[in-house]
Amino acid sequence: MPIEVLMPALSPTMEAGKLAKWLKKEGDSVTSGDVIAEIETDKATMEVEAVDEGTLGKILVEEGADDVKVNTPIALILGDGEDKSALSNGAGEKPGKEPAAKPATPEKAAKDDVGKQSPAEAKATGSAAANPPQPKALPEPDVPEGTEMVSQTVREALRDAMAEEMRADDRVFLMGEEVAEYQGAYKVSQGLLDEFGKERVVDTPITEHGFAGVGVGAALAGLKPIVEFMTFNFAMQAIDQIINSAAKTLYMSGGQMGCSIVFRGANGAAARVAAQHSQDYASWYSNVPGLTVIAPYTAADAKGLLKSAIRDENTVIFLENEILYGQSFPVPKLDDYVVPIGKAKIARPGEHVTIVAWSIGMTYALKAAEKLAEEGIEAEVIDLRTIRPMDTETIVESVKKTGRIVTVEEGWAQSGVGAEIAARVMEHAFDWLDAPVTRVSGKDVPMPYAANLEKLALPSVAEVVEAAKAVCYR
Amino acid sequence: MASTAAKSALSNAAPKSSGRAAGKRASPSGARSGSGAAKSANGALDFSKEQELHAHREMLLIRRFEEKAGQLYGMGLIGGFCHLYIGQEAVVIGMQMALEQGDQVITGYRDHGHMLACEMDPKGVMAELTGRRGGYSKGKGGSMHMFSVEKNFYGGHGIVGAQVSLGTGLAFANKYRKNGKVALAYFGDGASNQGQVYESFNMAKLWKLPVVYVVENNKYGMGTSLERASSTTNLSQRGASFDIPGEQVDGMDVRAVKAAGDRAVKHAREGKGPYILEMITYRYRGHSMSDPAKYRSKEEVQKMRETHDPIEQVRKRLIEKGWASEDELKAADKDVRDLVNAAAEFATNDPEPDPSELWTDILR
Repeated sequence: MPIEVLMPALSPTMEAGKLAKWLKKEGDSVTSGDVIAEIETDKATMEVEAVDEGTLGKILVEEGADDVKVNTPIALILGDGEDKSALSNGAGEKPGKEPAAKPATPEKAAKDDVGKQSPAEAKATGSAAANPPQPKALPEPDVPEGTEMVSQTVREALRDAMAEEMRADDRVFLMGEEVAEYQGAYKVSQGLLDEFGKERVVDTPITEHGFAGVGVGAALAGLKPIVEFMTFNFAMQAIDQIINSAAKTLYMSGGQMGCSIVFRGANGAAARVAAQHSQDYASWYSNVPGLTVIAPYTAADAKGLLKSAIRDENTVIFLENEILYGQSFPVPKLDDYVVPIGKAKIARPGEHVTIVAWSIGMTYALKAAEKLAEEGIEAEVIDLRTIRPMDTETIVESVKKTGRIVTVEEGWAQSGVGAEIAARVMEHAFDWLDAPVTRVSGKDVPMPYAANLEKLALPSVAEVVEAAKAVCYR
Repeated sequence: MASTAAKSALSNAAPKSSGRAAGKRASPSGARSGSGAAKSANGALDFSKEQELHAHREMLLIRRFEEKAGQLYGMGLIGGFCHLYIGQEAVVIGMQMALEQGDQVITGYRDHGHMLACEMDPKGVMAELTGRRGGYSKGKGGSMHMFSVEKNFYGGHGIVGAQVSLGTGLAFANKYRKNGKVALAYFGDGASNQGQVYESFNMAKLWKLPVVYVVENNKYGMGTSLERASSTTNLSQRGASFDIPGEQVDGMDVRAVKAAGDRAVKHAREGKGPYILEMITYRYRGHSMSDPAKYRSKEEVQKMRETHDPIEQVRKRLIEKGWASEDELKAADKDVRDLVNAAAEFATNDPEPDPSELWTDILR
């Protein structure tokens, strides 16, 4: 029975990729460990190795094919004694399935192993395809009518934002782990080293506390650093410098010495990386006066808000999301597209219930809104975009219209951002509420590894739908 | 018990040998040989008359300022924490004499002396201590948090060791701008065990940053002696695994400090990377105003004051060389006292910050 070679996943978040190249042709013999093909996502290339011995019997997916779903059979390998006739013999009925390559460990899951992984493995955290739910809202008010929109991934939008600001202001530089030669652990800084050189795109050792302090010191001296954390989970090592040195110095100096710096990186859960690599820090940072906290959803907002963050004179926490990096959204094609900090956006207008979300929480919110619409409930979805300062006005105005509100976040409920929204709605729109404010959040447990448990621990579209119906008494 | 502790603390006052710095080692006893030799046993180079007079006056200003701050604290005019620098004056004055205009200084919470050495206005410093609107931080920072962009003083930091990373960042900015400036990052023997200190050493050496790390070893991290906190006590060698040169310096002799400072600053300015100076020094007072310093004997403190006092050393030399008379030194002391009294007067009468200041300076 021929053995199926399946399209491998470069990471737990990858759903599809490109079959870039076949390195063996039909009829070639292969032994375990031979590289038979190369696959690509938007951020990484990886070699596919054969695991079993035999002959490459049939190539099922031609090279150059895009959007090949993970686990699609891409080739058949004939074992000893099998010939081509076996191929027509209902191959695939009960094939011995061979994962073409081990699912790579995403680099964020095992920082200690960065040096041990093959480059292909360590680069392999791609999320291809996956059509994110798109906001139905109009473009930003300051985008001129007729502006061309180009489809861009969040990853590309972030890179462009940094590149544009670095071109405009030579005080701006990027530092962090793997940002330069490696082109970014998640490929967000792709190409920046080539354009700006190693003085302005600085690889650091794996010492978050130390390099965060170095970044803050450089900012106190008047530079404008962008400090990338591979993920915000690692920024817990550095949180003293972020809060005690960066956020408080302007106040402690009586306004004399400020700290213009952006701390950015992936925040929250990715996929199957367990408790220490899956935490959402939005509420932590949003607790601190002196910090600005941004958590965009779309590529356009990622670009426009990161540009604003870099220009800002204060300390900005810019929370990205690994799963969103590879997702595409329309981005206005403008020379200088900026989105103001502190302004929420109505991503979908509605009249029956308000749903507030941000970052990846928006995927649940928008999908839930679709489902609710099928049942005659028109949800107004607000993309908060900035967590601090919070755009209370937009939320309150919406609640005055709908009388009901559901918040959605992947972080924990206790002292979470949803709890803060609930308090503000109570303070400013108590008389307009027709139902209690309801929170949908990550469950009150450390993030489990098992796929089913992880799914349970995160919010779901169903939970958002259920909460929205509950506040509508339906 | 007490005498044992005193002995061990004192023995540490004489710097131990450090391979790299052999020949440049300092010893407090060397300070007594100021008899015209160009170079003392502790590596001190003779000062000119002007340098001696300058050092004397600047150290005296810190001494009198701190004595006054102690008084105001006792009167309840200064609140919170107040860490006095008395005894360590030679370190900042000697180092400041090794700097150029535009070089930066950053330190921890025992920072009054550093600010005065940077020529910040004693009135503004004292008014910050009393929490008044004329203070350097408009009364919002206090003893541990003062800054001066104008004087290149970057604080004033209350988290032990944080200033070491920050100071490394100042040096990063210097290199980025290619401005030829050097950053001085001061920290204590207590901070020398903090992890981020070593993260910073690594990056500073890796990137050849123009930074001089000045470890002010006053032998106690709060109430814990260096021996009880540190597996190795020669702090000048703490950069050894990063190949950062270091030397121990008699931090009670302002000339030895200046000479070592010159070497270290030159090294950093020439693009050779960081340098560590361990200043063997001593604080006469407790860790903070609320510390009775029961962990060491009165005799230990008394002996340091009598034999190694940094100001007294300069005073003696000025008299011996005939560069100043007793009367002239008294007059200098009176000038300094007047300055400090004026600062205290200002800091006592200046109004508290306007209540509206609560809400300012959070964001720009």
